[in-house]
Amino acid sequence: MGTAKKEPLLRVVKHAELSTRQSIGLRVLAVVLALAVGGLFIALIGYNPFEIYATIVSGCFRSPMAIQATVKFCIPMCISALGVTLAFKMRFWNIGGEGQLIMGAVFASFFALFCSGMPHLLLLAVMFIAGFVGGGLWGLIPAACREKWGTNETLFTLMLNYIALYIVTFLRDGPWRDPEAAGFNKIARFAPKAMLDKVFGVHAGWIVMLILVVLVFLYLKKTKQGYEIGVVGESRDTARYAGINVRRVVLRTMFLSGGIAGIGGMVQATGSDITLSAGVAGGVGFTGIIIAWLAQLNPFVALIVSFAFSILVKGSSVVQSAYGLSTDCADILQGIILFFIMAMEFFIRYKLVFRGHREKLPVKTAADTDAASGEKEAEEK
Amino acid sequence: MAEQEYAIRCDKITKVFGSVVANDQIDLDVRYGEILALLGENGSGKTTLMNMISGIYHPDGGTIYVDGRAASIQSPLDAQNLGVGMIHQHFKLVNIFSAMENIELGTPGKKLPPKVLRRKVEDLCEKYGLETDPDKPIHAMSVSEKQTVEILKVLYRGARILILDEPTAVLTPQETDKLFAILRQMRKAGCAVIIITHKLNEVLSISDRVTILRKGKSYGTVNTAEVNVSKLTELMVGRAVTLEIDRPKPEDPEDILKLVDLTVRRKDGSVALDDVSFSIRTGEILGVAGVAGSGQKELCETIAGLIQPAQGAILYKKENLAGKTPRELIEMGISMSFVPEDRLGMGLVAGMGMTDNMLLKTYTQGKGPFVDRAPARAMAESLVEKLDIVTAGVEAPVRMMSGGNVQKVLLGREIESNPDLLITAYPVRGLDINSSYLVYDLLNEQKKKGVAVVYIGEDLDVLLQLCDRILVLCHGKVTGVVDAAAVSKEQIGLMMTGESAQEVMEYGNG
Repeated sequence: MGTAKKEPLLRVVKHAELSTRQSIGLRVLAVVLALAVGGLFIALIGYNPFEIYATIVSGCFRSPMAIQATVKFCIPMCISALGVTLAFKMRFWNIGGEGQLIMGAVFASFFALFCSGMPHLLLLAVMFIAGFVGGGLWGLIPAACREKWGTNETLFTLMLNYIALYIVTFLRDGPWRDPEAAGFNKIARFAPKAMLDKVFGVHAGWIVMLILVVLVFLYLKKTKQGYEIGVVGESRDTARYAGINVRRVVLRTMFLSGGIAGIGGMVQATGSDITLSAGVAGGVGFTGIIIAWLAQLNPFVALIVSFAFSILVKGSSVVQSAYGLSTDCADILQGIILFFIMAMEFFIRYKLVFRGHREKLPVKTAADTDAASGEKEAEEK
Repeated sequence: MAEQEYAIRCDKITKVFGSVVANDQIDLDVRYGEILALLGENGSGKTTLMNMISGIYHPDGGTIYVDGRAASIQSPLDAQNLGVGMIHQHFKLVNIFSAMENIELGTPGKKLPPKVLRRKVEDLCEKYGLETDPDKPIHAMSVSEKQTVEILKVLYRGARILILDEPTAVLTPQETDKLFAILRQMRKAGCAVIIITHKLNEVLSISDRVTILRKGKSYGTVNTAEVNVSKLTELMVGRAVTLEIDRPKPEDPEDILKLVDLTVRRKDGSVALDDVSFSIRTGEILGVAGVAGSGQKELCETIAGLIQPAQGAILYKKENLAGKTPRELIEMGISMSFVPEDRLGMGLVAGMGMTDNMLLKTYTQGKGPFVDRAPARAMAESLVEKLDIVTAGVEAPVRMMSGGNVQKVLLGREIESNPDLLITAYPVRGLDINSSYLVYDLLNEQKKKGVAVVYIGEDLDVLLQLCDRILVLCHGKVTGVVDAAAVSKEQIGLMMTGESAQEVMEYGNG
């Protein structure tokens, strides 16, 4: 019978809900730790981490041109983060930002390539709408299938990314192939009229990005539709109870979510690439998911996080040219940061207790507060 | 050694969840051949304590002695090896397996031939006075039959210390009596039994001693023979309480809602409500009694427009509501309020604050695309004041509130919309006595205002005291609608098992 086993060495214990400041502190700590481990990695492959980090930062701000390049990296990342933010708020796991961005670019490119007779501003407006609709439709498909047949949105949106990517390849090698391109297949460069104008040396996408940040923030916080997204995300039963048409909310939100990503694609194609290439998204749709998550679905924070990420991207390209260190190292660093942030989510909710460590009771126990409220109720009776 | 006579002795057990001290230095002991009741309101830490004895949690402080020896119970398996078995509130059985397959499942050693296993199970049944059909699959069993299987499972594993977590919550009065007979048999056979409950009359009828928990602390152990209901309440709540529920006379009740031949199917196709007809009247509280899962949930949700009935009509002032969605009901101007059973999962948005929860049914009002939060905030603040809601602020997520306060928020919102019809599903479940009485008062207030109130309840004593009429459901059928003042608890109990009101009332008279 009574096997005299000892107390377990390590136990996981849930601790009190932390204040916002404490949880932000923990997340900052996670980033610092991630940089430290990243530094260790850099040191292991034979470089001085301090030097590398310094180069990353200085590389982004050493000249106006470097700053402009950094901002340019930021635009598609931030816009696609805004897109998935809408879907994530509804707990709809849209992993298809990449594909939605590509389809936005495809729709916009159609007008850039074949309707370039239009006046400049009208053409841009048409392309903008086309990008929005293209991305939106690509977001609508998985939403409609989930509402109709209960398909898994995560897998579905993920698969659609590859379909979108191969649609571009198909267009590049077939119908939209530039006949003047010698050697390898590519799509023709857009006419100057279909190019996004530059403002302060960066294509106007950054203005679109800032407007979208504000709009998404207002939409989620202040509008009836934004409220509905929150309710549906928390509990579908509550939404039904409140008389919300859940299906309509899901479809509408996914159209908007994909549409925003589509705008990102349009901006990238017309502002940065000036053509449609298979690399138009280049993984930005996935980075956007990480950013939205790190920003806790807050659009303004997403802007800041995107900028931080673009420093990492731009800076590591500088590091590559200065030290011959591959830009893949930036991806590794991103991965390490993400890993630490995710791990920190665990410590925001739990802590580990070692054997022999006895819990000190909180000074004011819940029993006391409960008793106080009980007395209050008693007085009322 | 004196310690030897204790089957279990807990010495200063402490368990902390975050900032909540669920158990604060609790002492408890139980001997072999004794039934100990563990009494306390919801949230007083009863289940937490028992979960530590059965190896689900590990205490943060204190020691558990089993048979006089300090034991470290790290898993349910350890508990089992020490002869401790717990019967949980929610059964842990495999539906498609038979009773004896479930009983054998998870025991070490080779699978026994069915003949041997059946004999073993039957021997156990005989020893403790249990009745079961070893070959019957679980899905074909009633709740009380399933409970019997759970008990057998524990006994089969050689448990001599049994813990039952609110075993009577799902039983009719008759089934409860049967269970108690089994427990007495176990006591005679030398087992130690701990029964968790918050029903006082059960404590008095079954236990030898009572340990009372309040807000995570132990308030002593008394011999059952030396106490009565009011003494126990005082110990449990901390002060003397009057247990009378007010029942004002209904004033000219009038039919407001008529359900005609209503049949509702569940998602899996089974019949939840079978040809149900009755009417709901203004200025009166209609109680709905029935074993859990008899169709109460579907009844509420069908009236509220969340489920489409397969057949029948719901007539509201001559209009048929059956099949209308909640939004259509709101647009028709029908002022109906519904306090669902699942408060945080259906009635409220758990992650939002009070303000946003006030908006839930009214946010579409007002022109333009934007939500106007000012009136909702004002309403939230006035509710905090009026109902004495304890919260960190009207913007703090409601999931952080205690159960009683959550219910105040929900009920408060529904009452603020001035309904003609108020449907409440288990509105006092999980609430302490103070909050429960506040709910009864609020419902009576509505009744006096002429609102038609429907009260789905589980505690028959409360139903009998609070309601004017009681409707009894059994397997989705209405077995009767009776005058609450003229019926006894036993009669309701018989109706819950399927006997019609007529038959039952004749018994009573004959």
